[in-house]
Amino acid sequence: MIRTCALAKRFGRVDALRGIDLDLASGAVTGIVGPNGAGKTTFIKILLGLTRPDSGVVAFDGQPIGADVHYRSRIGYMPQIARYPENLRVGELFDLVRDVRGADPAHPIDDELIERFALRELFDRPLRVLSGGTRQKVNAALAFAFHPDLLILDEPTAGLDPVASATLKDKILAERQDGRTVIVTSHIMSELEELCDDIVFLLEGAVRFAGSVREIKSTTRQTSLERAVATLMIREVA
Amino acid sequence: MRVVAQVVKYQLRDASRSRWLMVYTAFFLLATEGLLRFTGDGEKTLLSLMTVVLFVVPLVTLVLGTVYLYGAREFTELLLAQPVSRRSLFAGLYLGLTLPLTAAITAGVGIPLLAHPATIGAQQGAFVVLLLVGVALTALFTAIAFVIAVRTDDRLRGLTAGIGVWLAFALVYDGLVLVLITVFSDFPLERPLLAATFVNPIDLARVLLLLRLDVSALMGYTGAVFQRFFGSGLGAAAAGGALLCWIVVPIALGARAFVRKDF
Repeated sequence: MIRTCALAKRFGRVDALRGIDLDLASGAVTGIVGPNGAGKTTFIKILLGLTRPDSGVVAFDGQPIGADVHYRSRIGYMPQIARYPENLRVGELFDLVRDVRGADPAHPIDDELIERFALRELFDRPLRVLSGGTRQKVNAALAFAFHPDLLILDEPTAGLDPVASATLKDKILAERQDGRTVIVTSHIMSELEELCDDIVFLLEGAVRFAGSVREIKSTTRQTSLERAVATLMIREVA
Repeated sequence: MRVVAQVVKYQLRDASRSRWLMVYTAFFLLATEGLLRFTGDGEKTLLSLMTVVLFVVPLVTLVLGTVYLYGAREFTELLLAQPVSRRSLFAGLYLGLTLPLTAAITAGVGIPLLAHPATIGAQQGAFVVLLLVGVALTALFTAIAFVIAVRTDDRLRGLTAGIGVWLAFALVYDGLVLVLITVFSDFPLERPLLAATFVNPIDLARVLLLLRLDVSALMGYTGAVFQRFFGSGLGAAAAGGALLCWIVVPIALGARAFVRKDF
């Protein structure tokens, strides 16, 4: 579904990405892992067109992304930080995103997370009074609401309580069952092991491993993803 | 266009519940109403109100504008992740910020004026110019706030830059003009001072208003030079045109920076 070719990006004197070639399979959950500053967020932002690469190409379903913004109507994005205009209400935020996406108001949205997170009763509340965790729930519900083909989730369970976190993971797996593609970053390896088909390991802006969860375990001879990634990191440093 | 309208619509809702905007409106209501009552005279009210508008509008617009934009940073990213073009989103955010501020000053100054038609008397036209100037300064300094907030990622530095811009136009400029006049008092200064006026939109706004009033004593040096050089009619056209450029250029710069930015 997404292919990147020689994607490179510099911020000042820092090489955030140095030549990323990836082919992210359709209908799979791909976890992007790596230490802080490895380039995970920059990579995601380039996929979304929030950041422009210095060189290289991103192709979405074979079409290079460029000036055309339409491909983003097929993406649901859950950012890491959720801050919204203070005086807007929860329900208005959903309406705003729907209207901006040009989604038909008559067409029902996917409200499973809205219901399971009990957000509907908060629709009249201003966004500023919500707790951080609740805002993160709004964020998640918003990413899934418009039936996107591709979900991009940046640290989705950070700040969620265990129940909400489990609900979200169930939802991700259900979407995968329905044939949707998911890209997820996380620092919690056990969580990625639960969710992912494939793993991409980024280090200092380069891909050090890309393959299935089983492959990463067998090449490192470890039984858990956490130990496998740790082994890769140590090997790289040494 | 649809995206622009939608973004503006929700921003207006957000703004209509903003406490800061209410304070800003109330400030103009009280200042205008108070001046009209205490002076009981249209021209005196106009001159005092002019000073208030020329100082307060740029400052409040810059501060509220940059603070809003920094606060809306993640929100902007969320909207950019939707199928919207950067240009439409810029237009939506810009209008969504300018329109409420414009409404605040128009209502705050306009309502008391409508309530005291007798006091205003013959100054109607000048008050309209005052409102127009207030709107122009709002549009202009919102655009400058955009340029600052888009180009500076650090909030504190952005806010400092905003206040710095205000200080430069509202205070430092006058000081420099004064220094120029005293140091070069033996030289003909008309043309340099005329040129200086075009560099400062706040001064242009002041000149534009004073040309309507014909009170040369209050014009300050640049205003007097302006009138002598252009005469009232041509002077107003020149100042108005220059002010328009001052609006268009920062908007273009802001849009350019927004379109090119890496979020």
